Amino acid sequence: MKPRVWTLLKFYTVLVYGFMFAPIVVVLILAFNSSQFGGFPIEGLSLRWFYKLAENEAIVRALRTSLLLGVLTALIATTLGILASMALVRYQFRGKQWITTFLISPVLVPETVLAVGLLIFLRWLHMPRSFGLLLIGHSIIALPFVVLVVQARLIGIRKDYEEAARSLGASPMQTFFQITLPLLMPAVFAGALFAFTISFDNITATIFWRPSGMETVPTQIFGMLRNSVSPEINALGFVMICITVGLPLLAGGLARYFSRRKV
Amino acid sequence: MPVDRRPWLLLSPALVFITAMVVIPMAFILVYSFYENIDLAVDVPAFQFGNWQELFTDSYYHTAIWKTLRLSLIVTVLAAVLGYIPAYVIAMTKYRHKWLLLLLLILPFWISFIIRTLSWIHIFGNQGALNGLMNLLGLGDLPFQIMYTEFTVIVGFIHVFLPYMILNIYVSLEGIDENLEPAARTLGATPWQAFREVTLPLSLPGLAAGSLLVFVLTGGSYVTPLILGGPSDFLFGNLVYDAVVTELNWPMGATLSFTLLFLLGSVVILYSRLMGMNQLAKAFG
Repeated sequence: MKPRVWTLLKFYTVLVYGFMFAPIVVVLILAFNSSQFGGFPIEGLSLRWFYKLAENEAIVRALRTSLLLGVLTALIATTLGILASMALVRYQFRGKQWITTFLISPVLVPETVLAVGLLIFLRWLHMPRSFGLLLIGHSIIALPFVVLVVQARLIGIRKDYEEAARSLGASPMQTFFQITLPLLMPAVFAGALFAFTISFDNITATIFWRPSGMETVPTQIFGMLRNSVSPEINALGFVMICITVGLPLLAGGLARYFSRRKV
Repeated sequence: MPVDRRPWLLLSPALVFITAMVVIPMAFILVYSFYENIDLAVDVPAFQFGNWQELFTDSYYHTAIWKTLRLSLIVTVLAAVLGYIPAYVIAMTKYRHKWLLLLLLILPFWISFIIRTLSWIHIFGNQGALNGLMNLLGLGDLPFQIMYTEFTVIVGFIHVFLPYMILNIYVSLEGIDENLEPAARTLGATPWQAFREVTLPLSLPGLAAGSLLVFVLTGGSYVTPLILGGPSDFLFGNLVYDAVVTELNWPMGATLSFTLLFLLGSVVILYSRLMGMNQLAKAFG
C-alpha cells in the first residue's frame, strides 16, 4: 500500500477515536467546572460539585441501590454461568449446540421487550415491581455474557489437571473446588465484573422494573435530566466512570503485576 | 449406554431460569395482548382483538414502524462507513501497542450508557462546545439549535454502537490469511483491486454481523430519543414506553412489545437466511 494512503487511513482512525472519546472527556473536565451551569464556559476549577454530590441524599441512596444490585446480580449470574459453562465445556451430550444457543438467546430479545414481558408476567403472578424483579431481570440480561466469558476461558484449561486429580483419589467436588475453580478464577472475576457493569449501567429495562420511589444511578440521572444537564450530573458521571473503568483497569494492572512477580 | 445426568444437573438452574423468566414471559405477552384495558392499570382477561385492531388501523403506529426502520438503517449504514477503516487499520497495523487500540475499543462498554449519551448535550447544546466555538470565532446568530433533533439522536446512537461494529469487522479482518493480499498483488492486482476482490469479500461476514447487531440494538431502543431527540423523534420502543410507563395500558403495551419482537425477529431471521446462521453465531460468540 502507498504510504500516503496508509497515513490517510490512520488519520481517519484517529478522528473516529476522537469522536468516541471527545464527549466523554468533556464530561470529565466539566465535572470540575465551578460554574453553576452544567455546560461551557469553564469559569474555574473546583471540587464543589463533588461535595454537593456527597450531600445529595437521593443520589447517595441511588448509588447504594445500584452497588447492591450490581453485586447481587454478579453473584447470581456468575454462579449460574459457571455451572452452565462447566456442563457445556466438560461434557459431551446431545443437543449441546441447541442449548448454547438457548443460553445466549436473551441477548437476541430487544431489552424493551424483555422488560415488558417479565414485568407483565410477574404482575400476573401478583409479584409487582420490586428490588427482586430488578435482581432477576438484571441477572437474566447478564447471564449470556458471563457464559460467553467463562466458557472461553474454560476451553483453555486442559482437562488433564482434573483427570490427574481424579486419578489421585480426589472426589469430583474436591476436584472442582481445588483444581478447576482456582484455574478458572480470572474468568470468574472477569465474568462477575462484566455482570456488575451490565447491571450498574442498565437503564432501558430498569425504568420498567423499578418500583416507584426506588432509583438506580442511571434512572436518577435520567430523572434529573428533564430540565438540563446540571453540574452535579457531570460530577456523578466522573464518579461512575471511575467505578466502572478505573476499578477493572486497576484490577487488571495489579493482576498483571503480581503474576509477573511470581515468575 | 446410560445417559449422563451430570451436565443436565449443572445446566438446570440456568435453563430453568431462562425458561421461566424469558421464554414464558415472551409467550405470555402474546396472550396478554388479547386482554382488555378498562382503566389506568386495570385490565380484564379477555380474548378480543381491540388492541391489534388499533395497531393495524391507527396510522400513528405505522409511522413509528417506518421511522424505526428508517433510523435503524441510517445508523447502521453510517456506523459501517465510519467503522470499517478503523477496523482495517487496527487489523493491519504493525504498531507495537496494538493492544492499546483494542483496549480503547472495549473501554466504551465500561462507561455508563447514559453518561455517554448525555455527553452530546455538552457538544451540541446551547451551552455546548460547538456553540462556544462558533461564538469565539464570531460566527452567525447564536445559539445554533442543533440539539434535540433527529441528527443528535443519530449521532448518539452511532456513538454508543460504533464499538460493536468495529470489533465485529476487526475480528473478521484479523482472521484473513495475511499472505492473500500480497499474493493478489504478485498476480498483477493493484492495491485497490487486491483489497476489493480479496480482503473486502472475506471481511463481509464481520461487516454483516456488526450491521445486524447495530440494526437490532437501534431498533429496540427508546432511551436515546428521549434524551437527545425532540418530541417528533420517537421510535417504536418509545410507544411501548408510553403505553406501559405513562398510560399504564398494559394490554396495549404487550401488543406493541410483541410487534417489536416480531419485527426485529423477522429482520434477524431474514438476515440469517441470507448470511448463514453460523456467521451470526460467531457474531455473538
